[in-house]
Amino acid sequence: MAILIDENTRIIVQGFTGKIGTFHAQDMINYGSNVVGGITPGKGGQTHLGLPVFNTVKESVRKAGAEASIIFVPPAYAADSIMEAADAGIKYCVAITDGIPTQDMMKVKNFLRRFPEEERMVLTGPNCAGTISPGRAMLGIMPGHIYMKGNVGIVGRSGTLGYEAADQMKRLGIGVSTSVGIGGDPINGSSHRDILEKFEEDPETKVVVMIGEIGGPQEVEAGIFAKENMSKPVVAYIAGLTAPEGRRMGHAGAIISSAGESAAEKVAILKDLGVTICPTPSSMGETVAAVLAKL
Amino acid sequence: MLIIFQYYLERDAVDIHEYQAKEILSGYGVKIAEGGMAYSPEEAVQRSREIGGNVWAVKAQIHSGARGKAGGIKICKTDREVEAAAEELLGKKLVTHQTGPAGKVCSRLYIEAGTDIAKELYFCFLVDRSSERIVMVGSAQGGMEIEELAETNPEAITKIYIEPAVGLQDYQAREMAFALGMDAAMLSHGVKTIKGCYRALRDLDANMVEINPLVITGSGELVALDAKMGFDDNALFRQPKVAELRDKTQEDAREMAAADRGLSYVGLDGDIGCMINGAGLAMATMDMIKLAGGEPANFLDVGGGASAERTEKAFRLVLADENVKAMLVNIFAGINRCDWIAEGVVEAVKKIDMKIPLIVRLSGTNVEEGRRIIAESGLPIITAETLAEAAEKAVQARNEAVAKAG
Repeated sequence: MAILIDENTRIIVQGFTGKIGTFHAQDMINYGSNVVGGITPGKGGQTHLGLPVFNTVKESVRKAGAEASIIFVPPAYAADSIMEAADAGIKYCVAITDGIPTQDMMKVKNFLRRFPEEERMVLTGPNCAGTISPGRAMLGIMPGHIYMKGNVGIVGRSGTLGYEAADQMKRLGIGVSTSVGIGGDPINGSSHRDILEKFEEDPETKVVVMIGEIGGPQEVEAGIFAKENMSKPVVAYIAGLTAPEGRRMGHAGAIISSAGESAAEKVAILKDLGVTICPTPSSMGETVAAVLAKL
Repeated sequence: MLIIFQYYLERDAVDIHEYQAKEILSGYGVKIAEGGMAYSPEEAVQRSREIGGNVWAVKAQIHSGARGKAGGIKICKTDREVEAAAEELLGKKLVTHQTGPAGKVCSRLYIEAGTDIAKELYFCFLVDRSSERIVMVGSAQGGMEIEELAETNPEAITKIYIEPAVGLQDYQAREMAFALGMDAAMLSHGVKTIKGCYRALRDLDANMVEINPLVITGSGELVALDAKMGFDDNALFRQPKVAELRDKTQEDAREMAAADRGLSYVGLDGDIGCMINGAGLAMATMDMIKLAGGEPANFLDVGGGASAERTEKAFRLVLADENVKAMLVNIFAGINRCDWIAEGVVEAVKKIDMKIPLIVRLSGTNVEEGRRIIAESGLPIITAETLAEAAEKAVQARNEAVAKAG
């Protein structure tokens, strides 16, 4: 099963013919993702990487049955591309772009809410590494080979820290059902909580690892959701123990600006909510192994 | 359950000075007291004479709130007092809880006419991450930091969320004006002020507009006594006027230099330098150093495409901090390849003639090849396989270096 994507998901690339879009589209094709084409306005009708180029997302839905999209469009135009995908009936969209203005993301979120829930596009990112269902499909920029197929779900803000978790698990023979990057921006498409909800519904996923960080309310909201609505155990690591207050640590959203946003506070709250905490970033694999052993 | 306060004053965003924020807001119909800039005590006196009256505020322009408590605002009643206040403040380092212990140096003053204060209010607009909307926050109990007020008297705070599709509505501005205790006579000016702040935030991609205090004067006027604006740096590409207002002397020189090179750097107080790819992994590596008994000297995310040139720049940046006693490189290569990173590291170490111990941990794409390049370089680089091992070795190397230095 996995969540969000599998080997049958028909994928298009927005920003297909650019340098970055080309590189990662090829990488996704090599991994086995079912890429059916891409969008570059004005280049419709051409062929790129052996696949059709479309002028609009609507055209790709009509002609190639596109269901999922990945966005490599520069920050100034990315919000527009996300809304185009949503309006065209794309079911799932990953926005890789880093640097989208906050007010643009507010507009995007508001735009998405206009659709009835069953027709609403799921968005993850921006500023993320994407999503992978190992052995099935990759909709992102991650090194696919470090992920082993299995039954642990991963949701995290950070790209490389997510790789670290998958790598630690693989060394212990633990595989991943789907790994979802939700991105490091203050306003993002899906929250930790939204993804936990999807993992809870996925029969293949047995345990979920949540990789959070300082700043914002999402980790705690996810913890409350897990306590109230989940049958599956949640393991969490929160990065940023040493981060000083009021300083932004790389990610636009990684900043402690009010009570409850530091790593120590989030850890204490999550513990109270029954989430299993990884005491160190190097013990993510072991902690998951211990939780799996108890199932 | 802990109560989570929903106030996100983005203090690390692109900030501007009080006088700049006032100039902007005044253009949007917010009333401010008469004032002018001064860069010397003579100019300060000149300004106070131009303004006239018999009370002036001499205000240090630094990127921080809580300046009053730090002695950055002086109320003066004579030319002599204005001159003395200016002499004291110019060049002075002011330390507030927002600047951190390093403080910020004041090199500009804003001289303002004294305001007859009848009542102080708190008012701001900011981005609420929970609701993903702009929220308007106000309290009739002004003059305090909002965090303080949220803790001591949360009922005294009114919050109104703005629907992004339609923006701030008049009824919402009226609701806020009444919550702030304005009477019928002040209502239209109150609504104009509130809407002006909102339009400034929306038009200029600000994350925050804070007026603390917003003052009701003895004659029933509404005046912004202080003003603070913070902007979304992701939107600077379409806000050239905001980019021009940036005062780089108020920002950390090394962090600015890093940003100009496309690197994300934050200086800290420890002595183990770090170079890592990815913000999350960088924070995790710093955590690991701390858990191993050390203190990180910096946060540094070199990003995805760490070329040899970029690696060298990152090394120079980390080593420019004289406190650094050992350096840890942790790279999880995704799009990158470990062999490219290894070559970059070897080249950088040779070029810079590095004197302190270096610990390198590589993982991901082409890791064997990367490790081989490090091993065969003949350089005294300490290698580690796991994150924990890397942090332990870095702390150990740091301790040995400190012991040796005696």
